[in-house]
Amino acid sequence: MISHPTAAELTEGIAAFEAEPAIPGDARQAFLARVTENARATLAREAEHGARLEAEAVERLSALMGETGDFTMLNAKLCEALREGAIDPRDPALLAHLRATAIGQIAIDQPTYGGLAALRDG
Amino acid sequence: MDVAAALDRLAPRLSPTATGAVNARRLSGGASLETWAFDLDDGTPLILRRRPDGAAMRETALPLASEAALIRAADQAGAPAPSVVHVCEPADGLGEAYVMRRLEGETLGRRIVRDEAFAGVRPDLAWRCGEVLARIHAVPTEALPELATSDARGELARYEDIYRQLGAQRPILEAAFRWLEEIAPPPPQRPVLVHGDFRNGNLMIHPTDGLVGVLDWELAHLGDPAEDLGWICVNSWRFGEWRKPVGGFGDYAELLAGYGGGISLERVKFWQALGSLKWGVMCLMMYSSFATGQDRSIERAMIGRRTSETEVDLVKLMEGA
Repeated sequence: MISHPTAAELTEGIAAFEAEPAIPGDARQAFLARVTENARATLAREAEHGARLEAEAVERLSALMGETGDFTMLNAKLCEALREGAIDPRDPALLAHLRATAIGQIAIDQPTYGGLAALRDG
Repeated sequence: MDVAAALDRLAPRLSPTATGAVNARRLSGGASLETWAFDLDDGTPLILRRRPDGAAMRETALPLASEAALIRAADQAGAPAPSVVHVCEPADGLGEAYVMRRLEGETLGRRIVRDEAFAGVRPDLAWRCGEVLARIHAVPTEALPELATSDARGELARYEDIYRQLGAQRPILEAAFRWLEEIAPPPPQRPVLVHGDFRNGNLMIHPTDGLVGVLDWELAHLGDPAEDLGWICVNSWRFGEWRKPVGGFGDYAELLAGYGGGISLERVKFWQALGSLKWGVMCLMMYSSFATGQDRSIERAMIGRRTSETEVDLVKLMEGA
């Protein structure tokens, strides 16, 4: 469900960083080590919640689009409808789906992001 | 390339009392440009900005010599900026680069919005950002190096093109493009010098002197002054202090008061929303350099996962519209 990058790409990126020889005291490498830690935590959250979030998204998309299909197909149809102006960007049913989508993905990508609290409670 | 050795050879041209350079170290962060801190042996603290060997220039990025010229122009207009000491020539052996004074202070937004050390300057910072932006926008544009001109619709179209080329399927971004297209303001009557990346990370904040330097002029262009005011309000650089829309340290009213009028809050908020959308597309774009194999660093992969933060913010803004 999540792409740009996919979980597989993150796994590749982590492995590539780990294969690099350590340079003690190198600021850039220390920075990349912290990014790698974040990537591992992201993958762990995705493994735990990804499948459930995708199933929920498929249900919402089916209701919104009046069609059945898998996530990729339904999501692409929604994107196309928005691009062509067939759905108003401020349609309440659309916004409800977008809100749930945003909350679901940030819970995996960056659960401490301040905007999440703003969206939920602000 | 041995940057430290090249700086050591250049030192006598950077200060009449210097014979060499010491402590050259690359600062962490950016991948499109390298930033090196170093000192001359007479104690002068300096910064080298250089384009990495063989690095492709971002489509919209300025040549570094132009960036140096803009910093000088901003300095003359009374905006805080580091003094440019030297624009490198091929014989310097550093490639495309320039040297400027190293300012004392902090650029990390997380510290600026939270640390006790900055508690004294935070209350005036949003006002000061407005004041500094007014000075930048008042820079006479006739004598500046060649710059692109853009406006709201042009920016939307440009970023939508980039988004389409990336092949991502992001309904929140799709909705945001259509929404912002509907409400985009007309081009400004007189395009001004826009910094283009005025936000935490590019602002040098001193614990007692406040904003002492506006850095990173790589994305400067001519355009709508509200663009700079909106960009610093994007939630992605509030570092958790989301209730304070201006950089995580102040309110819209303070920013606009410091600016001195002439720009509506509505226009700032439009550019803030467009800023979130642009940052979301930029995250996808930076990720694509990982996907295409151009830069396989984990940083480039992970930045794609910051697109969702802009989607959270865009949903909030669309709901409130």
